[in-house]
Amino acid sequence: MTIRTLMTTAAALSALAAPAMADINIGASLAETGPAAFLGDPEAKTLRMEVDKINAAGGINGEQINLIIYDDGGDANKAKTFATRLVEDDEVVAVIGGTTTGPTMAMIPVFEDAEIPFISLAGAVEIIEPVNPWVFKTPHTDRMACEKIFADMKAQGFSKVGMISGSDGFGKSMQAQCKGVAEAAGVEIVADEVYGPQDADMTPQLTNIKGSGAEAILNSGMGQGPAVVTRNHTQLAIDAPLYQSHGVASKQFIELAGTEAAEGVRLPAAALLVADQLADDNPQKPVVQGYRDEYEAETGEDVSTFGGHAYDALYILKAAIEKAGSTEPAAIRDALEQTTGFVGTAGEVNYTPEDHLGLTLDAFEMLEIKDGEWTIVAE
Amino acid sequence: MSELLQFLFSGLTVGAVYALVALGFTIIYNASDVVNFAQGEFVMLGGMLTVFAYAAGLPLILAAIVAIIVTAAVGVALNKLAIEPARGAPVVSLIIITIGASIFLRGVAQVLFGKQIHRFPSFSGDTPFRIGGATILPQSLWVIAGGLAVFYALYLFFTKTLTGKAVLATSNNRLAAQLVGINTNWVMTLSFALSAGIGALAGVLVTPITNTSYDVGIALALKGFAAAMLGGMGNPKGALVGGILLGIIEAMTAGYLSSQYKDAAAFVVILLVLFIMPQGLFGAKQTERV
Repeated sequence: MTIRTLMTTAAALSALAAPAMADINIGASLAETGPAAFLGDPEAKTLRMEVDKINAAGGINGEQINLIIYDDGGDANKAKTFATRLVEDDEVVAVIGGTTTGPTMAMIPVFEDAEIPFISLAGAVEIIEPVNPWVFKTPHTDRMACEKIFADMKAQGFSKVGMISGSDGFGKSMQAQCKGVAEAAGVEIVADEVYGPQDADMTPQLTNIKGSGAEAILNSGMGQGPAVVTRNHTQLAIDAPLYQSHGVASKQFIELAGTEAAEGVRLPAAALLVADQLADDNPQKPVVQGYRDEYEAETGEDVSTFGGHAYDALYILKAAIEKAGSTEPAAIRDALEQTTGFVGTAGEVNYTPEDHLGLTLDAFEMLEIKDGEWTIVAE
Repeated sequence: MSELLQFLFSGLTVGAVYALVALGFTIIYNASDVVNFAQGEFVMLGGMLTVFAYAAGLPLILAAIVAIIVTAAVGVALNKLAIEPARGAPVVSLIIITIGASIFLRGVAQVLFGKQIHRFPSFSGDTPFRIGGATILPQSLWVIAGGLAVFYALYLFFTKTLTGKAVLATSNNRLAAQLVGINTNWVMTLSFALSAGIGALAGVLVTPITNTSYDVGIALALKGFAAAMLGGMGNPKGALVGGILLGIIEAMTAGYLSSQYKDAAAFVVILLVLFIMPQGLFGAKQTERV
């Protein structure tokens, strides 16, 4: 095949791939591969599944959604390129994504310039502070997780906290946030250790925490590190109870750490994980049960809160487009900002011009692992 | 005192993992001077295949054997499909081929096994041994024993068997080896099978400690490579000592200095050693004839 035929074929293909007119183009840039794939993968699966469902039910305001997902592999540079492509080539009216904070921060300037509403699925508080009129997010922030954990520690009478954090983006960000709010929460950080995300043994760090007089231990991290910390915590028979972050809120964590080692570990997480244990009058119950059953049937995998963030983003966006009655990005943005009483997997969302997160501490449930299952800690 | 012992145990645990990975580098390097950067992927395959065979209902030991055999076959395929066709290419090109192979294997694993993190149970439970106030897990002892066994087997292989000597001869001078009747293609195939098998064995032994996922090979290969360089590339003794040393340096730095600088400290030591002894601690001195 000559270069010319190749180019013609490519041109023909791209013409075929071009969206039909009256569709609503919604873009996404997610980490479907790379180190954050275990976050981005359920997010992408959720978006595809839910968009198909919405389209099958007649779309939004009678128009079909055309979902364009790019895989940025968690790389901020790639994400920025895809952001530009989404704006210029795909002519999207809104974007979901940025699985992690780095890519999100890299994409924000692009959407701000193009005036396209952007709903991030990443955790860090910097995304919505200070408020950017075009940027929203659905997951709880790491600062909220710190506050929830410290409040629970205080309630148990612990005030000396030993911290052990992963040196990846999530671990570092939460470590910084927790240190920032510790004083206001009335706890003292007596040890501050770190580990590499792929490390196989954290007993030296935990031995030092044990020797520091910590009454409780907080592990900020995600992926496999927290599982190793949990096993080492049991191995060293440390009396101080172990708290994990919302970064490990999937069933996989209990499997990796082992039922025995995970016993008694506490963590803040969204209601999604304990769908069946919620009170019947909890408005979140039908939402989270519905999403969980659907996701598990479709993918055969256990549901995680990460896919839930994508679910929330898509339905908040759907509601906003319906309300705006238009697919003009500016009209969608204005409608997004007026979102109130939206019940999603993360909690009740109320966006205001000053608050583009819209969640309160109540959105977190404090969970404890008992016999390999999540249980809600009575407040 | 119990702290020092705990740091030491931690260092031994981590070091034995590095040593096992490092040992996998030796055979291919000895046969062809190629540093096989797909070695980490062999470790990953060993762990992942065991996870899935075990989940499919095979007993753990059988799952491990299946994983080792399949991985060895992957090693042979890698040699037949990628290395052998490039025969005569400079060593650097072959090394780059192995980097390509590692990316390919990672991609296939990602599609085949998914992106989740996995683990299977430890061989003899998770009840730690208590010695002088410090603790060590039974699985760590398995890894250390595995490292020693592989080291001893390799030592015997290279010094006592004709095949082992044929491997060394192939590396020294391929043409001369062929002239004395050594089938060098067969030697290369064998060395890839053995390296892949050792990598898979490492994966089987370390997965209960490190967990496994499709991309775990990069980090393991990096540390294993560093350990092999520290000890002296190609020397089984060097791989063993280099791995354990690296693990202990990391654990002591994390324990006594700061966990922030644990990796940095390890690499500073490696740089210093290589600065003074470019061949590593036990590497053979090379003389180039001009």
